[in-house]
Amino acid sequence: MTENSQIHCTGAQLDEMTAHCLSALPYEGCGLIIGDNSEMKVHRVVPTPNVANSARLYSVDPLAHLKIDRQAEAEGLAVMGVFHSHTHTDPYPSPTDVAQAPDPSWHYVLVSLRDEVASTRSYRIIDGQVHEEPIVIDDDGRAERS
Amino acid sequence: MSVEVRLPTLLRPAVNGSASVQIEGETIGDVLRALVSENPGLSGQVLTEDGTLHRFVNVYLNDDDVRYLDRLETKVAGGDVISILPAVAGGAN
Repeated sequence: MTENSQIHCTGAQLDEMTAHCLSALPYEGCGLIIGDNSEMKVHRVVPTPNVANSARLYSVDPLAHLKIDRQAEAEGLAVMGVFHSHTHTDPYPSPTDVAQAPDPSWHYVLVSLRDEVASTRSYRIIDGQVHEEPIVIDDDGRAERS
Repeated sequence: MSVEVRLPTLLRPAVNGSASVQIEGETIGDVLRALVSENPGLSGQVLTEDGTLHRFVNVYLNDDDVRYLDRLETKVAGGDVISILPAVAGGAN
């Protein structure tokens, strides 16, 4: 299931995730990733409130999730993943991230704000196993980031 | 009372791939129990073994989280839409 897994997004979408996570400091920032998972292609990212209001935990506002899910479905798209930040640790899923990963078909994007320059990675989390996948930036010049 | 129950992608294989199903019931609890009874693949995914709402699942009656209504005792009406969504959470912790 993960052998050819990757996530296609634009540089602007990556920047938007990073910008939202920076704006959420000192708390973890989070949001949903909308797109066509059959093509592993991100159409847009939607920052959401972190109702945990914590520097160590995130919880996507459930009502925001509901509305975003409905809107995506109306467009023939779907929620295909979630992004969130680690304010002081690596861009790697924590045991908490793994234990609470809601859907094995989703892509889990981690934005680490530990260093001066934010670092972003993407993963699949299936049956408790973490698999990093390439982030393919679909801009004017394709550049693979992994 | 027949209501529409919308399911998240993760649970759709248990209902033959459908995004939503029609279920009969008078309360949220009736509907969810009937949903699981009619689709045994959902066992343990929405309700716990002791019949309570799974903590990692959010259930909405139209736009309202049932945890802020009467939870499983919340009454439903014809035309209502029940949405089941996974809780999305985690963190560096």
